[in-house]
Order: sequence, then structure tokens, then C-alpha cells
Amino acid sequence: MKAATEAKLWYWQRVSAMLLAVCVAIHLGGIIYAVHGGLSAAQILGRTHGNVLFGVFYGVFVLACAVHVPIGIANVADEMLGWRREYSVLTALLFSALIAVMGLRAVYGVVIA
Amino acid sequence: MRRNDYRARAHPAYWAFVVHRVSGLALAAFLPLHFWALGQALQGEAALDGFLRFTERPLFKFGEWGLVVLLALHLMGGMRLLVIEFLPWSGLRKNWIAAGIGVGLAAGLAFALALLG
Amino acid sequence: MSNLQVRVWRGKDQGRFATYEVPRAASQTVLDVVTYIQRQLDPTLSYRFACRVGMCGSCAMTVNGVARWTCRTHVAKVAKNGELEIAPLSNLKVIKDLVTDMSEFFDKWARALGRFKGSRTRHDDFALVKPDSAQRAAADAAIECIGCGVCYASCDVVAWRKEFLGPAALNRAWSLANDVRDAQQGERLRAVAGDAGCHSCHTQGSCSERCPKKIEPTAGIAGLKRLAAAAAMRGEL
Repeated sequence: MKAATEAKLWYWQRVSAMLLAVCVAIHLGGIIYAVHGGLSAAQILGRTHGNVLFGVFYGVFVLACAVHVPIGIANVADEMLGWRREYSVLTALLFSALIAVMGLRAVYGVVIA
Repeated sequence: MRRNDYRARAHPAYWAFVVHRVSGLALAAFLPLHFWALGQALQGEAALDGFLRFTERPLFKFGEWGLVVLLALHLMGGMRLLVIEFLPWSGLRKNWIAAGIGVGLAAGLAFALALLG
Repeated sequence: MSNLQVRVWRGKDQGRFATYEVPRAASQTVLDVVTYIQRQLDPTLSYRFACRVGMCGSCAMTVNGVARWTCRTHVAKVAKNGELEIAPLSNLKVIKDLVTDMSEFFDKWARALGRFKGSRTRHDDFALVKPDSAQRAAADAAIECIGCGVCYASCDVVAWRKEFLGPAALNRAWSLANDVRDAQQGERLRAVAGDAGCHSCHTQGSCSERCPKKIEPTAGIAGLKRLAAAAAMRGEL
């Protein structure tokens, strides 16, 4: 793969990492708070339903994951599975689409539906 | 040619790499499942509740706990890499490795207490 | 003191460990041990050394699984239970016994454009380089490399990716990237970016951990990643 492409992939994975550092820290805090006293659908949906801030935060979180995770996975694929770089990156793109779609669907499910 | 074995890898920065890679792979595998589970809400509250009851099992809770710890470790390891790559050079940042272990333990403890409390 | 039991690699890439019994001596180094074996016990043993005082890097071998300069490794520090294991450096083809073929190591150095190219001639003024500038400080931190191969032998990515240039070549590229007199910065950055180059480094840190001159290739490689990203985003890579 072209050097410029590799450099850009590295750049976007690091930039998304910086965003994710904030998102994950908040998310960890949220999880630990939320599981207090058990989890139920009513509790979760009560907090998330119609919550615009929640929706925007987790929407951004999902998109950042869709950038960050596949680039890492591509590296592991060609290093540990010996795939050709083009195939790793293609798989990464597909995985990115999967994360984005499923993630945004989940956000929609708990906020809007 | 000769290949290295565990003796060449016995230093903290290498272990940090292993933890970061393993945690990253585990989290990447978990993410689609996580989104699918939450997406159950689209089928209504009852569907989501059904799934949540499924997760009450101790093995599941242990898995959740593990993922929380792995997430905290991956977060700290990742921040260490950002510090190494973007801030002025100051060695392999082994203090970050120590802090990472601390934060991982703290997150695990906090989550366990929240589950049990 | 009882004698040392020393396992030494004999053969090429295929071979076996042979065991020798070596008397201990005060302040003995691993190079002393290898020298004793070759002179007193088995003249067929092949090994490299030159200065024997920690300046040339020729005596680098794998001692108890870790790449080291044998002339600077005291037996007392590494021989547990009076046992030593001495093997050639990893990640390099073995010519014979403890001698490796360094060709690929230096070929990669060349592929990383690890050589200086100036733009001035004798008719131009001297180049003025401020010694305390950030760039010169970065270059100085990387410049003492003598190409011993310890970092290359310690790196797992070198083992995993055949084309990976490796820490020494990338470190040299970094020192030149910070040389304001060098005239092939763009070319070099293109040579060291990509998965044969800096982007395959996973910051395992074995290079920085093991370098006998305390050079930290990890720093230079991180710097190259930044330079490459900046150039790519400007459309110059």
C-alpha cells in the first residue's frame, strides 16, 4: 500500500483514539454508575429515551469506533494472519461499515424507537 | 535463522504491547455483540429485558467484568501510546504502564462493587 | 568456584547446542568465555569480535535469550546456576556458529535512505547548524548508532514482517530527517513510511530496552510517524 495511505490510516486511528479516550472514560464512569442495583430495560430506556445529549454522545462514540477499531484490526490481520495488506484494509472497511450500521442502529433503538 | 523466545520479551513495554493487542482484539470481537444486544430495544422494552435477564448469569457477569477491565487497560495503554507518539520524548513511559495497571484494577474493583452493591 | 556449563550454538540455521565446560575467572565477560572455548577447547568454533572494549559492536550475540554485546556482559551478572547459553543474533541468517550474515541489516539501512546527501559544494558557505536547536538535539540523540544489530535482533516485528526496515535503519533515517543540511527529505520519508517502515512499529520497545548505547529507536520511529502523517495530510508524501 502507498506510504501516503498508511500515513493517513495511522493519523485517523490516532485522532479517533484521542476522541475515544474521552468517550471511553465517560462510558466507564457511566457503566459503573448504571449497573448499581441491577440493570433493567426500563431503567436503561428511562435514561436514554428521547435524550438528545445521550444520542449525540453515543452517535459520535460509535463513529469514532468505526474509524479506530478496523484500522487496528487490519494491522493484526496482516501481521498475525499473514493477509495481503489490500485484503486486510478491505476487511477493515467492511468491519467499519458493520460497526457503524449496528452501532447507530443501537443508538437509534435506545434513544428514538 | 534464530528466533527470539520469551526471554527476549521479558520487559514491561513488551507486556504492555501484548495487553494492548489482546484487549483490542477482545473488545473488537465484543463490539458487534454489544450493538446487537442494545439493538434489541428496537423490538421493544420486553425484548431488551429478555436479553438482560439472560445476562444475569454469573458467567456473564464475570465476562462483563473482564471486558470492563480490558477496556480500562486498553484505554490506558492507548493513552500511553499517544503520549509516546505525540508528546516530547521521555522514554518508554513505564510510569504509564504502572498507572494503567492501577486504573485497570480500580475500574475492575469499582465495577465489581457496583454489581454486588 | 565451579566451572561454567556453557551451551553454544554450532552449525548454521540448522544445528544444535554443544556444551563446554569453562573455568571461571574474575571479571570474566561472555566474550572471554567464547574466546576460551575457541582457543582451548574447540578451534572449529566461529565467532566475531574486534575491539573487545565495547566500542565496535562486532561481538553482539544472544546470551541467555537476550541480544547483548558479549564483551560488555559480565558472566557474573548473567550466568544463573553457573549456566550460560550463547547463540547467534536472532532475525539474521546464520553463516556459521555465532556468526550471522549482516547483509540484510545493511541493505535495509540503504533502503531507508540512511545516508546523507548534501546540496552545497565547496564553493558555497558552510552550513550553519545550531547545536541546541530541537532538530539537532533529536539528531544527536540518534546519531551514535554503530550498526551492531542488537536492536534488529531484538525486534519481533522484524521477525514477523520480512520487509520491515527495522529499528536501526529507521533510527538512522530519523537522525537524517533532523539534519537540516540533508537534501532528500521527501524521498526518505517516502522510503520509511508504510508497512515496510515506521507504520509497522508497535512500540514493543525491545530496541530501546536493549540498545547498548542507550539509543531509543522507538523515539525516532514515533517522530517519523508524525513527519509522515504531516506530509501525507499536506499531500506531499
